[in-house]
Amino acid sequence: MSKKTMVQAINDALDYKLSKDENVLLFGEDIGPNGGVFRVTDGLQAKHGEDRVFDTPLAESGILGMSVGLATEGFRPVPEIQFLGFILEAMSPVVAQFSRMRYRMANTRSMPITVRAPYGGGVHTPELHSDSLEGILAQVPGMRIVIPSNPYDAKGLLISAIESNDPVIFLEHLKLYRSMKQDIPDEDYRVPLDKAAVTREGSDVTVIGYGLMISEALKAAKELEHEISVEVIDLRTIAPIDMDTVLASVKKTGRVVVTQEAQRQAGVTGQLMSEIGERAFMYLEAPISRVTAPDSVYPFGAAEADWLPNAKDIIKKVKEVYDF
Amino acid sequence: MSKKSTTKLDLVSLVKGYKDSFPFYQVLAPSGEIVHSDLEPKLSDEELTTLMKRLVWARTYDKRVTLLNRQGALGNYAPGGGQEASQIATQYALGEKDFFAGTYRDLAPLILHGLPLEKAFLWYKGHMKGNEYPEDLQAYAPQVIVGGHITHAMGVAFGMKKRNKKSIVLSLSGDGATSQGDFYEGINFAGAYQVPYVAVVQNNGYGISVPVEQQTAAETLAQKAVAAGIPGIRVDGMDPLAMYAAVSTAREHALAGQGPVVIEALTYRFGPHTMSDDPTRYRLAEELGEWEQKDPLVRMRTYLSNKGLWTEEQEKEVAESCKQEIKDAVAAIGQVDKQKVSDFLKNMYEVSPQNIQEQIAEYEAREMKEDE
Repeated sequence: MSKKTMVQAINDALDYKLSKDENVLLFGEDIGPNGGVFRVTDGLQAKHGEDRVFDTPLAESGILGMSVGLATEGFRPVPEIQFLGFILEAMSPVVAQFSRMRYRMANTRSMPITVRAPYGGGVHTPELHSDSLEGILAQVPGMRIVIPSNPYDAKGLLISAIESNDPVIFLEHLKLYRSMKQDIPDEDYRVPLDKAAVTREGSDVTVIGYGLMISEALKAAKELEHEISVEVIDLRTIAPIDMDTVLASVKKTGRVVVTQEAQRQAGVTGQLMSEIGERAFMYLEAPISRVTAPDSVYPFGAAEADWLPNAKDIIKKVKEVYDF
Repeated sequence: MSKKSTTKLDLVSLVKGYKDSFPFYQVLAPSGEIVHSDLEPKLSDEELTTLMKRLVWARTYDKRVTLLNRQGALGNYAPGGGQEASQIATQYALGEKDFFAGTYRDLAPLILHGLPLEKAFLWYKGHMKGNEYPEDLQAYAPQVIVGGHITHAMGVAFGMKKRNKKSIVLSLSGDGATSQGDFYEGINFAGAYQVPYVAVVQNNGYGISVPVEQQTAAETLAQKAVAAGIPGIRVDGMDPLAMYAAVSTAREHALAGQGPVVIEALTYRFGPHTMSDDPTRYRLAEELGEWEQKDPLVRMRTYLSNKGLWTEEQEKEVAESCKQEIKDAVAAIGQVDKQKVSDFLKNMYEVSPQNIQEQIAEYEAREMKEDE
């Protein structure tokens, strides 16, 4: 057990899988000697060799298209897309190819691919380095979108993702990379896919989110603890959603705030609201409320703080549904 | 990297010179005469006859399946007639362990690579069982995204290299694929990693209706390989012996660890793009007539007849047996169970998440009611 950041926890998971499964391959832009632009793969090429951990040409469609071929040849590819915004260059391999290969081949072939990509705002990046595109990806059947909210989950979820025989898009929030440390077991462990977590128990209002918004929700819950008891649900696998865990909480509190860092239109929170409305309407004491970014393009760095949703926004909405 | 510097900046003559670097390889002229004996592949009489049988089989298949589609017995069809040298002689150069990645027009070579005929027909019909491939079939289902499979093919080849296998990957695509970014990304990665991959581009002159000259300023498609730093050659894609020789040579090159090769096959589809296409809207009848003079079957038939290796009876026999195979396959697919939504919901994931579990239950209940 040692205190680790999310960067170190992810590096641990990759190191473990490279050591235990010779079919695991890591590749992407600058992940070799450079260790990735965030140093997530630091030291892994030196330890596991250039055959297992290697740099690619700068072409995202090539990287993910190659993953399809390597998976066909029996490998377990773990490609990195340097920033999630760059996956837009590779939507064909993601949406038109690997996510539907099991379906296309009538269950005779599988695509055990885990695409890792950093995303999320708050660190003053250039354009297309901070976009939250998980809502676009969440509509694609045949794969899972996994987003850890803390270092412990990051290691356990990534090991589960790499061991899954279905494709996973594994998204790592830029701001979470080094902003928190947690006790991480040195040995391997798994956090299950398809399973949301009750991160904080409460009885008055349920706040549901993922990624960095969990830190914000926990801050909000702490600040409100003497007046409103807030339950925080961390989706962890954001597509498909673990509705069992969500509904159990909603039925208990009857009041819900959903939150995402992404823009409001057509996202994961929209899906949550409609599912809750359809399945638990009679349990609701107030309309479901949501905290998101507004529907503009991800803003230029200097405007970021005003644009990103935060704990304050969550507090306001929690009070609204509580007082409804 | 060349360190030679130059003061000459003659851009016009520079681009004019590109084409000269890509001569056109031909072994068998349309007349059936060998024009370049030094390029002639070393095939035994038996192998030559087998190749001819496969060409005739493919032409019969094309005509028969076209007819079945017109009758509504099979789903849509993308004809391959005219392109037999590019498709069939190419596949004939492969080994059993080689991997085949083709498009929706490349069903005949895919069948010859091992896909059971009924499965091809089920694929046309849009039945999930059509792509239920045997485990040892080294092939992808026909790719629908033009150029999409080029990066996959490169990836399989990279995997083979990592496993030190003595096999290669062969992709078939059309000229349209070379306009896609994925084509360049695929051959560029293949060059960077020196993988055992041969990309055959069947340049049939049109991407559906858009002529190659409107798709690119490049006078040859083979020259696109230059940008990736790998060999690119132009071959008479109506000449079965030239195609066999070119693919075999490229395969040996790849097997020897010397990296990938792009082959541009100059060919023509005699039929429409698909059964819902009308080529008279964009092609002249005279053009079709000119290409029919170059028919790969005609020149191979003349060549083999002159050698005393081929008779009209043999040709009839192959055609009849192909027709019988097709008849049997059509009868067999009539016996296949109707597919259910619940069946393919089960093919979405190895371990179904909640939404899929719920929907499987919902559709199974609905399907049970319908069965009653």
